[in-house]
This record gives sequence, structure tokens and C-alpha cells, in this order.
Amino acid sequence: MLNYIFRRILYAIPILVGVNLITFTLFFVINTPDDMARMHLGVKHVTDEAIMKWKLEHGYDKPLLYNPEAEGLAKLTGTIFFEKSIAMFVFDFGHADDGRDIAHEIKSRMLPSLAIALPIFLLGLLAHITFALVMVFFRMTYIDFWGVVLCVALMSISSLFYIIGGQFLVSKLWHLVPISGYGSELDAGRFLLLPIIIGVISSAGANVRWYRTIFLEEMNKEYVRTARAKGLPESIVLFRHVLKNALIPILTGAVVVIPLLFLGSLITESFFGIPGLGSYTIEAINSQDFAVVRAMVFLGSLLYIVGLILTDISYTLVDPRIRLE
Amino acid sequence: MFFSFQILVFSKKFLRMSSLIVLILFLTACNEAIWNNPYPSDDSGKNILYNAFAERPKHLDPVQSYSSNEILFTAQIYQPPLQYHYLKRPYALIPQTVDKMPTVQYFDEDGNLLSADNESNHVAYSVYELSLKQDIFYQPHPSFARNDQGEFLYHDLTREELQKVFKLADFTQTNTRKLLSEDYIYQIKRLAHPKLHSPIFGLMADYIVGLREYADILRKEAGVAPNDEYLDLRSFPLAGVERVDDYTFRIKIKGKYPQFMYWLAMPFFSPIPWEADRFYAQAGLIKKNITLDWYPIGTGPYMLTENDPNRIMVLARNPNFKGEFYPSEGMPDDIEKGLLNDAGKPLPFIDKIIFSREKESIPRWNKFLQGYYDASGISSDSFDQAVQVTGQGEATVTEAMEAQGMRLETAVAPATYYIGFNMLDPVVGGRNEQEKASARKLRQAISIVVDYEEYISIFANGRGIPAQSPIPPGITGYREGREGVNPIVYKWQDGKAQRRSIEEANRLLAEAGYPNGIDNKTGTPLVLYFDVTARSADDKSLLDWMRKQFRKINIQLVVRSTDYNRFQDKIRKGNAQIFEWGWNADYPDPENFLFLLYGPQRKVGSNSGNNAANYDNAEYNRLFEQMEKMEDSPKREQIIARMVDILREDTPWLWGYHPKDYALYHSWYHNVKPNKLSYNNIKYSRIDFVLREQKRREWNEPVIWPIGAGVAVLLLFLVPGIIAYRRRQRAVGLGKPAE
Repeated sequence: MLNYIFRRILYAIPILVGVNLITFTLFFVINTPDDMARMHLGVKHVTDEAIMKWKLEHGYDKPLLYNPEAEGLAKLTGTIFFEKSIAMFVFDFGHADDGRDIAHEIKSRMLPSLAIALPIFLLGLLAHITFALVMVFFRMTYIDFWGVVLCVALMSISSLFYIIGGQFLVSKLWHLVPISGYGSELDAGRFLLLPIIIGVISSAGANVRWYRTIFLEEMNKEYVRTARAKGLPESIVLFRHVLKNALIPILTGAVVVIPLLFLGSLITESFFGIPGLGSYTIEAINSQDFAVVRAMVFLGSLLYIVGLILTDISYTLVDPRIRLE
Repeated sequence: MFFSFQILVFSKKFLRMSSLIVLILFLTACNEAIWNNPYPSDDSGKNILYNAFAERPKHLDPVQSYSSNEILFTAQIYQPPLQYHYLKRPYALIPQTVDKMPTVQYFDEDGNLLSADNESNHVAYSVYELSLKQDIFYQPHPSFARNDQGEFLYHDLTREELQKVFKLADFTQTNTRKLLSEDYIYQIKRLAHPKLHSPIFGLMADYIVGLREYADILRKEAGVAPNDEYLDLRSFPLAGVERVDDYTFRIKIKGKYPQFMYWLAMPFFSPIPWEADRFYAQAGLIKKNITLDWYPIGTGPYMLTENDPNRIMVLARNPNFKGEFYPSEGMPDDIEKGLLNDAGKPLPFIDKIIFSREKESIPRWNKFLQGYYDASGISSDSFDQAVQVTGQGEATVTEAMEAQGMRLETAVAPATYYIGFNMLDPVVGGRNEQEKASARKLRQAISIVVDYEEYISIFANGRGIPAQSPIPPGITGYREGREGVNPIVYKWQDGKAQRRSIEEANRLLAEAGYPNGIDNKTGTPLVLYFDVTARSADDKSLLDWMRKQFRKINIQLVVRSTDYNRFQDKIRKGNAQIFEWGWNADYPDPENFLFLLYGPQRKVGSNSGNNAANYDNAEYNRLFEQMEKMEDSPKREQIIARMVDILREDTPWLWGYHPKDYALYHSWYHNVKPNKLSYNNIKYSRIDFVLREQKRREWNEPVIWPIGAGVAVLLLFLVPGIIAYRRRQRAVGLGKPAE
């Protein structure tokens, strides 16, 4: 298995270089270094001299991908792409255009994002699988029927509605929790309660239906019939046998997102005032801060690759037939 | 029977558990009556002002900071030499850290002193002398801390010392020192620092003697020095500034530039002690994001004690601030409004200001309604809930808001939003005299049909006034009533301005060579292009409205939408035809608006021009050059009036509108007078925090029944669920599902 993981890590390198190149190209098709300088210096009283100075100071005065004036290897290394990309591979994200250290910023914003995303993920997984199993348990009854109706209804409503509606009812009308904000350490709990509940409910429709479909498919397998023939109660059949066997498709969808939980959620964090990473990339794109965009895309791709590797490993844990070689 | 008993036992357990939860919640409620309070309970009933900010500040270093979201913080911390009087209108400059207004002396090329009323053409230099108050101290700061031997404690931090530092507050020792004239000189030199990017360097280098050359010297010096070495600006003299003594300094300006006085009220000219610059220049601190850009140091009423711009920014009272008092005079109606009740009392009134980050308007508005923010702007979503317009056209708060004791303050901002015509365009600008005359009539016709009264009513909830020229109210040159009306667009009828008719616009259009919207030369319909930055779907109605205005005289308007960069590029290269633009005043002088149409300021072909319409009129340019060097006087006003007349006739812009800012304040918020030019106003504000606490408790009593109802509903679903589960467990085979 170690060989397999090592090989996968090696495969990741060209993928990351490719992602970096695409990000770089797309970013600079839209924004020239001059545009970036103007964005940072403001629109009033900006001179060409100031733009030149800004580019020089931030290392954007060189050619983008190929430096014809340089000698030898420097033709490739004396470019914005090389200089801005190479450090990423040793996790030196550098400084944002406003001078802040990007790694420091990511570290400080990661925890609040995780504080909200992880409970939503775990509680969601638990609640959604439980509800799906209950619906399968009561399949072909009114509980299953109305459960599916409820799921479709939940799916049809925009996530923004849950947030605004939840804030209106729970915080504005009933005054039970703060509308938005974030506290340090233990105090954070009362701010996180509502977004977590809303997060679990708003994703329930799609997830419960998806898990229900997986479980129903398993229910028709022969081992289920055998279990029933042995006289096992329906609950044992479901929770002990069907759940285990249905884990592979569930893991495929779930494990891959675990590393990405660090990156946060844009809308939830914005509405609840959670100081997480959710809006970091969007803010950077709007302010044409290439250093941040590059770092976040790199981190996103890296975490996704890690997620895929973790998914592969998790298969071996739930299905003894699978070996990673 | 056994089965029912089990359910009963289970339900009882569940009920007990639920009751316990409700009890715990109830007990918590008794302990801290307000559950939805977003602030720590220890802060309740304290003299704290609660405010919100949407966008994180990028720069807090006064040499770089230029955005309104940054000045909200910097203006409370830094003290430039001058400030605006809080109550007097029109805006008047008064001393802040200086003991009297700066004196100005004018000199000719040979260094001879000229009289103050001398023709500006003869003035080669102006010298501003500023003399500081002698009892101003900086906030406590580690950069001033010294050991017993008098050496600075933290100017050469070792690796071990740095390991214990994560934020500025981790430095245990602080100290202060008096404000000296050299601190202002140091900051003026910083405008030219090679590693800092001051947005006003280009502008100031045109005026402050030797600043441009100084930047070259520093750049060379920085080039040979190691990258992270401290560049001690004290070692490099700047010709344009002179230290007279510890509390007096002079600034030498090229020619005559009366507007320089206004710049002395902006944070760019705040004092920076060299000790702080030396302290923050340490590579180890920069790596930890401990920089002047993040932790400002000032002499103002407040100091930044917490800087987490993703969540919260906290300003606390500077313990070393003293000697400033609430103004004792203002405008006649200020007494009636209670704005002079605190006259003569020492400033500031508030101990702490907590700015919380609220990116979305809905939570921000709801928290304001709950009393968790002391003031709020009004977004268009909540406008109808907050504001009603009386029969006399006056805006007031709605009854619901009034019942909560809120009040509305409105003020026209010294800003203008306009639509410009690119004067280099052959159709709307013209290439030769004949084309130019025809294009002028076309622009005049368009200015009549684009109905800004309707625009303000539909798209700005009535928050604005139609502009008659570039100059907004409150600035010299703006005129009320009949004489202030633009005769090209309006006529004075029945005591008010009436927009001219479509027929008149059609007549002008025909005279321009486009009768009924058809080009005389080609026989094709006239098509014009409106260049805008990429818009969201929400703006579709606005663009449709704009097309509709042009259609009134059969002109087809094509909207060309591009991203922000390309739009800027089009404007710079003169490729746009009709475009939207806006301007916020730097200072309350008409020069700051009229220069937007000054020929040498053209975007096309100039270095840093702000004349996006590329308007260039010889007479206007000549008058501008004369006016900009004059002090306010009746003669200057006459020149401005003539310049405005030229502009109206030429119509290089649709004059657009001046936005009107609406803000709501709770009943406990005192001493509010909107001031759209100065931002250091929090020191004048006073909060009745006892009343606030009382209202918060009244408005936010927790409603507990939904928790009980939720538990009951859960039970209601659970009981039949458990019954069905039991039946299902006992069912045999798939053929016999539960009924």
C-alpha cells in the first residue's frame, strides 16, 4: 500500500504544475500586471511611475512565461510564472499584495472554517444516513413516501433561504442565538449552533435521497435475502449488513471532501460572520491579488488529491477484498 | 400491553430529558437574560460604541491608506496637523495638533518675500510654517520602551525574543514620548519611500520641493542596502521640509497651491515617530505580520488594540490623549438639536469602539434593530421598512422605527455620479468645428431626455439630488434656486426647475443632424454605445431604463459591458463613447471637482489624468489655472460661475446626481452631525449605555416556547414511528408490509 501511496503522490506533482499553469494563464488573460498595480494603488492620482514602482516591488516587472532577453535557463526561470510558482511546492505561499503573509492568514482562518464545516459534515453524515436507513426500514409505507416528499421539498429550496429564514425565526423572532458573529474558544458554540443546524438541514434533502437509493439497491442483494432467511430482525439486517456494504459509495462521496472542509463555505460564513477561509479566494479574485489566488487554488487542488488518496485508503478499510498495489 | 408500556417508559424518559434541556436553557437564560447578545456578557452596560464594517481594511499605514473603509479606523488614531470643525458649515479647517492655523508666505524666484495678495504668477514658492502644541503624547507603544541604560528594548529583537511574540500586545513594556516636529517631517519623507506605495506621491511630488529627487535618492540607497535593512530617513535631508525647532517645521511648496491646506487635514500628513519605523522594520516582525500597516501608532483619541479584520477591530481610548474639547459653537440650529449640550467637555466620550465585520446587509440590519449596533446605513432591501416620505417630500423614519426611538440623519455627500461623453469620439465629441458643434447639440439633447429625477426615485430610493454641474452642495460654486439651475436641461417655471420637453430635445437633435434619430448623412438610425463594467442581473432594469431614455428621441443605445480592467483600459485609450463614472471629494474646494474637466488632466495622453471625458476647452483651462491658485473670494466665485456656464453649454457630462446618505441612529446615540469630509468624528459621539442596555433587554427577551413546541412535535412523530417500528420488527417476510 505504501508503494501505491508513494506513486499517487508522485502523480500529484504534474497535476499540481498543470493546475498552477492553468490558473496562471487564466488569471493573466484577465488581469495584466498593470491592471493589478492600478487596482492596488487606487484610481485617484495614479501615475505610470507609481505603477512601474509597484510592479518592480512585487516582482511583476518580468515577462509572464518566457524571458527572451535572459540567457540560457534564465529564459524560463526569469519569468513571473517561475518565480511565483516554484516556492509553492515547498509551501512558501509568500505575501499577499497588501503585504500580509498568506500562510499566516490561511492558518488563522482555517480553524473557524473547520469549526463550522466539520460538525456540519459529521452531524450531517450521521443524521442523513440515519434518516435514509429509517426510510428504507419503512420502505413502501407512508413514512417512506412522505420522507421522500420532504426530501424533494428540502432539495428544492435555495440554501440562502434556509439561512435567512433560520436567522429570522431563531435569532430575530425568538432571540435564541446571536444572528451572526464569532467568539473565541468556548464562546464560539452559541454562534455556531444555528449555522450547523441550518447546514445539516439544508443538505438533508439531496443526501438522504442519495443514501436511500444506495441502501435500497443493497436491499435487493442475495445476502440480504439470506440474512432474512436466517430469521434476523429487519433492524439487524439493515444496520449490521446493509449499512456496511453500502459504505463504499458513501465513502466515495464523503471522504474526498474531508480535506476540503478547511476551505470553508462562502455563503454560510458571509451571512453568519464566521471569519473563515470561505471568502478568501473570492476576495482575492475581486482585488486581483494573484499571490492569494495562486496559493488557494494550489491548496485546493492539493487537498483534493489528498482527499482522493484518503478515499482509496478508506476502501481497504471497509472492504477487505480491496488491496492497493 | 408490554409493548405499550415500553413506549410509555421511553416517552417518559424522553420527556424527562427534554424537560432537563429546557430547564438548563431556562437557567442559562436567568443567568444571562439576553441569549442572542453577540458580545461577551462582561461588556454589557459598558461605555462601548458598536459599529460594523463590510470590507476589510488593506492598509492602516497613513502613507498608503486612501480608502473610506480604512480611514474609518485611521482617522481615530492618527492626527494630521489640521481637522474640520465638527459643527460648522460650510466645512472649515481648524487646528488639531498645531496651536494655530499654519502661516503661509510667498516668495519669488529670487527668494524675495511677496505680499499675500500677490498675483500667483509671480509666486515661485510658498512656505507653510506649522507650530505644534507642546503637550501631545503618543499612545503607549513598545517601540518607545527603553531599559535602565536608556537603550531601546525592542529595536534589535533576538530570535529567542521573537519566538514569544505573535502580536503587538505580546510586548510587555511600552512607553510614550512627546509629539515633535521631526515626526511630521519623517512622514512627509515616507511619501517617497521606495518600498511604500503612497497613492499621492505623484501628486505631492509636483508640489513639495525636492520630493521627486528625494525618491530617487532613497531608491538608490535602498538598492545597495540589504533587502530588509531599515532605511533611516533622518539621514537623508529633504529640501522641501525644514525643522525650525522641536515644535515648529516648514513645508516648501512649488508655486501657489492654496488647496495644500486641505491635504494637511488628511492622514497622509500624520506624524510617524522614527522609533516606530525602526521597530517595525525588523525582518522577524514583518514575517509575523507585525507592521505599521497592521498596528498603527498615533497621538489620536483612540488606539487599535485588536486587529482581526476578518472578524473584529477594537479601538480603545488612548490614555495619553488629552487637551481636546467638544466645540462650543456651531450652526444656529445645532442648539435646538442638542448638538451643543456637551460644549466644552473633554473628548472623547466613549471608552471603546468595537467594529464587527458584517459582509451581508441582512444580518447587519437585524442586529441594528436588536440594538447590537448603535447606528446603521440603510440598504435598499430595508429602505421601505425604515424610511417614509411625508406629504411635503421630507424623509422621516417609519412609525415602527420611531417607536423604537430611532432617528434619521441625511446628508448630501460631496460626491457626484455622472455619465461622461468621450470628447475624442467623432459622434459625441466631434473632430472638426462643424462636427463639434453638431455633437454639442446631440449631447444637450441627450441631457434633456435622461431623466435623473426618475432615476433617483427608482434606483436610489430618492436618495440623491439631480446635479446641475460637477459641483455638489456644500462646496463653493454650488448655487441654490433659480440661479443654480442648468438652463440647458431645465427651465424655471412656477418657482421651480422643470425639465425641458422632449420636443426641445428633438429640435436639438435635428439641429445636430439627426432628425427623428436618423443620421442625415447616411440615412441610418443613430446608434450610440454605453460602456459599462460587467453587471449583475440586478442591473438589467437600470440598463433597460437607460435605453428607454435614449429611445425617447429615437436613439438606439447599445450597452457594451466589459470587465473592470478592460473598461479602465477603454477609458485610458479613449475607446469608450458614453460611460459612467463618479468622484468623491478629497477636500471641499471646487477645484477638486472642476479639475475633472481640465484639459491637461485628460486621460488620453496624460500620465495620471482624471479627465475621463477628455474634455479640453481653452477658455475653461485658462480660467481653471487662474482659479486654482486663488483663495476663496467673490472674484474667484465669479470665475467658477463662468467655468460652470461653459461646462453646461458644452455638456461633456450628463451631470448625473449627488448621492444623499441616509443613516439611522438609536435614541442612545448623541452628538451626531453627518460630516462627509472628515472621519475623526467618533471622539464627539456620546452613548447612553444604560439606556442601551435597558432597551436591549426589552427587545431581546428570549422566546422559549418554540423549543418546547419543537420537542412536542418531535414526540408526535416519534411515538407513531416507534409503534410502526415495533410492528415492522414483528412482521414476517416482505410480502406483508406494515399497514
